[in-house]
Amino acid sequence: MATQAVSIEDAKTGETTEAVYEHPFAVRLCHWINAVALFVMVGSGLQIFRAFPSFGAKIPQKDLLHWPKAFAIGGWLGGALQWHLTFMWIYMATGLIYLGYQLFSGNYKQVLFVPRDIPGVWPMVRHYFFFGPKPPLKESYNPLQKHAYTSVIVLGVLSVLTGLVVWKPVQFSWLAWPMGGFHLARVWHFAIMWAMLAFVFGHLVMVVLHGWNNFVSMLTGWKKEE
Amino acid sequence: MDSRMDKRKFKRVTRRELLKLTPVVAVGAFAIPAFQKPLLKTGLGFSDWASAKLFRSHHLAPTFTDSELTPSNKFPINDYDVDDPEVDLEKWTLSVSGAVQKPGEYTLAQVQALPKVSQNTRHVCVEGWEVIGRFGGARLSDFLTMIGADTTARFLTVECADDYYESLDMATALHPQTLLCYEMYDQPLTREHGAPLRLTIPTKIGYKQAKYLTDLKVTHVLDKVGYWEDQGYSEFYGL
Repeated sequence: MATQAVSIEDAKTGETTEAVYEHPFAVRLCHWINAVALFVMVGSGLQIFRAFPSFGAKIPQKDLLHWPKAFAIGGWLGGALQWHLTFMWIYMATGLIYLGYQLFSGNYKQVLFVPRDIPGVWPMVRHYFFFGPKPPLKESYNPLQKHAYTSVIVLGVLSVLTGLVVWKPVQFSWLAWPMGGFHLARVWHFAIMWAMLAFVFGHLVMVVLHGWNNFVSMLTGWKKEE
Repeated sequence: MDSRMDKRKFKRVTRRELLKLTPVVAVGAFAIPAFQKPLLKTGLGFSDWASAKLFRSHHLAPTFTDSELTPSNKFPINDYDVDDPEVDLEKWTLSVSGAVQKPGEYTLAQVQALPKVSQNTRHVCVEGWEVIGRFGGARLSDFLTMIGADTTARFLTVECADDYYESLDMATALHPQTLLCYEMYDQPLTREHGAPLRLTIPTKIGYKQAKYLTDLKVTHVLDKVGYWEDQGYSEFYGL
C-alpha cells in the first residue's frame, strides 16, 4: 500500500513539516457516523433494558441492575425502540460500507490481526500498562492496535447477529441455535455491548494520549508530524 | 511517494477533506426536536417494512416439549387496564364484520367446532422477557374460511372487552400457527388470560396477541392500528 506523504513548506519561514495521509475518506465517514450510531444504540439499548432489567424469569423477577434513566435514550420503552430500530440501519450500513471498502481497497491488510501478530501483543501490553520499553514499530499499526481494531469489528458483527435473533427469533431461529437459543442471545447482545464499551474507553484514552494531530487525522485524513 | 506542498495549499486540502465529512452533521437532524419525531417514525416504518419482507408464510415458529413449558402459574398476566373486564361468558359472541361473505355473531361453540390445534410456543414480550406456554384453539385461517373472508384484504382488526384493540396483516393471520385460542394448558381460558377467546400468534410480539376478543373485522384500510402501536410501538413487530 502506497502511503501518501508530503513535505509542507512554510513560505515565510522556510520550515518544512512532514504529513502522512493515514485515513481514507470512506473510513473516516463510516467511523464518525458509526460512532454516533453506536452512541444511540447503546443509549436506547439501555433504556430498552430498563423495561426488564433481568436475564432470568419474569415470575419471580430478579433485577440485575437499575440503569439510571438519565444515561439512556428514548424516555420510555416505545421511544427507545424507535431509536434502536432506526439507528440499527445506520449502524449496519456504515459497518458494511467500512468492511466493503477495507476488503476491496486492500486497506484491511494494515489493521487485520493475523497469527503472525500474536508474538508482538505482549511486548505492547507491557509497554502500555507496565511501562515497559516501546517495541520498535514495524508497520503503521502495532500488534495490539491490530488486535483491538480487529476485535471491535468482530464485536460489531456479533452485536448485529445477536440483535437480529433478539428482534426476529422466529425468522432467524437457525441463527439462535449457535448462540444457545433466543434467551441467551439477549444475554450475548448485552455482554457484547459492554465489551464494545470497553473498547471505546481504551480507544478514547489512546486518542487523548496521542495528541491533537493524531485526532485531526481522523477528520482530515492527514496527520502532521509533531 | 514524497512530494512538496505549500502550507496554504495543505490547509486547503485538509479543509476540503474535513468538509467531505458533512454527511455526519446530517445525522444531527435527529437532535432537532421538529425533525426527530418524523425521522424516527420513518425509521420505525422502514423496520416494519423490512419485517414484513422477512416474514415467511410457511416458516413455523419453534415448538417445545411439555417439559420445556413455563408452569401456568408463572405465565405473566399482562393487560393495559383491567385483569378481568367481566365478560358475560354465557351471552358472549364474536361480532364479525367487514370484507366477509357471512358477517354476524359467532358463538364459542362455532369456533370450537373447527379443527383444534394445541401447540407449545414461545410468548415474547416487548419488554424483554419470554415464556413458553401451551395454547389450544382453532386456526384463524380456518375461521376466516368459515366466515368467507376476503383474504386479499390487507388487514384484520380485533376489538376487546377491555377496549384494547389490535390489527394484524393478512399474511400473519393466515399463518398455520396463528390461533383463535380458547385453551391454555389444556384448560378453558381463564378470565385474566382473556376468556373466552384470545389471539395466539407465535410469529408476533406479545402486545399483538389481544385477549377478551369481542369484534373481528376484515378490512382493506386501517383507521387505527392497535393500542400500543398508536402510542408509538412497531406496527408489524413480527418475530
